[in-house]
Amino acid sequence: MAFALTPEGEREVDELLTRYPERRASLLPVLWLCQRQNGWISSEVVDYVSQRLDLSTATVRGVVTFYTMFFEEPVGENVVWVCRTLSCDLRGGKAIQDHLENKLGCTAGHTSSDGKFTLLKAECLAACGQAPMVQINDRYYENLDVEILDRIIEAHVTRGAEAAADEFSTHATFGAPSKAPISTAPPPPSPEAVRLASQPPPAPEPVGDES
Amino acid sequence: MSNPTKPLLTARYGIAESWKIANAERAGAYQVAKRALTSIEPAKLKDEVKNANIRGRGGAGFPAGVKWGFLNPGPNDQVYLVINADESEPGTFKDRSIMDLDPHRLIEGAIISCYAIGSHVAYIYVRGELASSVTRLEDAIADARKAGYLGARPFGVDHEIEIHVHTGAGAYICGEETALLNSLEGRRGEPRLKPPFPAVKGVFGMPTIVNNVETIAVVPDVIDMGGDAWSALSRLPADGGVRLYGVSGHVRNPGLFEAPVGITMRELIYDYAGGMLAGRPLKAVIPGGSSTPVLDPRRLVDAPGEDQPLHAWHGKSEIDVPMGVDTYRALGTMLGTCCAIVMDDTVNMVEACRNLMRFYKHESCGQCTPCREGTGWLVDVLNNLCAGRGKPEDVDLLVDISNNMMGNTICAFADGTAMPLLGFVQKFRDEFIDAAHNGLPSDVRHDHSVRREVEKVA
Ligand SMILES: Cc1cc2nc3c(=O)[nH]c(=O)nc-3n(C[C@H](O)[C@H](O)[C@H](O)COP(=O)(O)O)c2cc1C
Ligand code: SF4
Ligand code: FES
Repeated sequence: MAFALTPEGEREVDELLTRYPERRASLLPVLWLCQRQNGWISSEVVDYVSQRLDLSTATVRGVVTFYTMFFEEPVGENVVWVCRTLSCDLRGGKAIQDHLENKLGCTAGHTSSDGKFTLLKAECLAACGQAPMVQINDRYYENLDVEILDRIIEAHVTRGAEAAADEFSTHATFGAPSKAPISTAPPPPSPEAVRLASQPPPAPEPVGDES
Repeated sequence: MSNPTKPLLTARYGIAESWKIANAERAGAYQVAKRALTSIEPAKLKDEVKNANIRGRGGAGFPAGVKWGFLNPGPNDQVYLVINADESEPGTFKDRSIMDLDPHRLIEGAIISCYAIGSHVAYIYVRGELASSVTRLEDAIADARKAGYLGARPFGVDHEIEIHVHTGAGAYICGEETALLNSLEGRRGEPRLKPPFPAVKGVFGMPTIVNNVETIAVVPDVIDMGGDAWSALSRLPADGGVRLYGVSGHVRNPGLFEAPVGITMRELIYDYAGGMLAGRPLKAVIPGGSSTPVLDPRRLVDAPGEDQPLHAWHGKSEIDVPMGVDTYRALGTMLGTCCAIVMDDTVNMVEACRNLMRFYKHESCGQCTPCREGTGWLVDVLNNLCAGRGKPEDVDLLVDISNNMMGNTICAFADGTAMPLLGFVQKFRDEFIDAAHNGLPSDVRHDHSVRREVEKVA
């Protein structure tokens, strides 16, 4: 069946088009609108978007496949992204993933048999100071342990994503509340006599470039 | 705490519902923008930004004032300001706090910056995952427009300014400024060849200034205090002001801290972040996001010559060198995003390195062969080492692959992969050789210091 945005969605597209001097620039936001309505980017969505923005389907498909957040197949009612990059792993990211796999009965990359949850691994989600963390749908859940995680998952099942987010989801914090009391600094390790090469190594090219 | 200055950038973070315009305005928001637009010449604003010595907060540390000076638009050119809120560098979580807790500071900075560089449109490119930041920014923009601070005549001044939020969709490489511009134009996020640089030919073929969120967010303070006074908040020359420092990993109190430029890593870990978890020894720290080579506290600065930039810290630990763009470059690493990942003695460096290299393999955009293939080979070799299938020569192979990636690609992603790898191998070679002989235990983990707490076992 052909895909079409709701009339309200269409109005949003019209508004989006005014934000950019080129029609094409609204491609990502329009894809977002479609995914929000349809759950994923089906070929019908690709057809619709290419017509609406006057782009070839190959162009649209090329963009869809570049970005990890556009789903190329249907996903569960809730999508759980578990961060497994270094800062999270240093504070238990693996334990969080293991627990979710047990609880949901599926490994990362798959959907639970009741269709309620798709579990995916994520790369650093910019919440490293509140590790370990997961993203569920479009909200963050931070400073996790398995007990809190259980309650968050239960809340999604029994009360729905929005209620769960209202109760448990987190925004950025400043100077995260410390679990352990802050005491005076223990003495840092005493430096052993390992010396840097006499000449500092040539300065590496900066990440990112001057313009 | 050794922060002698009162909070500036984070001054409004603690206010209840600080993201709402009424609360932000009660605490001073938009006063500087109003003054700037109604009574200061754009050229003067640009001078203040130049005098402030703001080193770009997105990772490269390029002076913002100098970058703005590259603009030289033709008579029919539309100048764009693009604010980089892609924040995807592993370990980095500072820009999100500005957008969530004080979006009006970013908008105020954007208004002043647009006026200064002669731009009428700013795009804030936010990574797709940060939906809550997007909502707060969009609400804040709507409120600022209602208040008459945006639109055709901001503060009654005849200089139209519109700000739009553009949401990404999951791709680390879109943080690279030219990839970001492609993504903003509705294309795959593939970096462009440079030159031309964005200031000459950026988004929609027009002169474009790309700056990080924090870079733009400090502009109101710079204009309020004057560039020289703001710059002098720093402990270092030519690297001005205060900045957000992040700490994650094995510290007691991970999080964000505002402090002058030039505090040391030792201060950051032990004074600001409460010291090491469970009092364990510090083994290594990645200073400013995953692309910056790791520091080893056992290593001492060797700069006996008086003309050497780090001479003043000769004989001291690497973690006692002040954190600045130039000091860290002289140390053979980079300050990057100034968000540190702290590791205690339970961490295996080969496994930590593999974790990050997997990230780069996943995120390479694939345009350049050395990067697309190299990141994959690095992971393959590291997998072999970890699984006990490696040979000692593999350690040199890692170095060889990295050396062939550096400087041979369209963008700095490949360098940002190779440099940290070389840092790991150079500083913790023993562990790599050991892994080549013995592999790693199959259940190697680096969360021992918190595992019991996370898993809730006795
Ligand atoms: C692979 C790669 C990823 C980057 N990611 C980001 C990012 O997430 N945020 C950011 O502000 N800059 C990032 N940069 C740096 C930008 O290219 C650019 O230098 C920066 O946005 C300029 O702003 P600044 O001068 O204010 O720092 C990245 C660079 C590279 C090479
Ligand atoms: S260096 Fe890597 S990320 Fe950058 S353009 Fe080349 S392939 Fe893409
Ligand atoms: S490593 Fe998980 S949020 Fe950064």
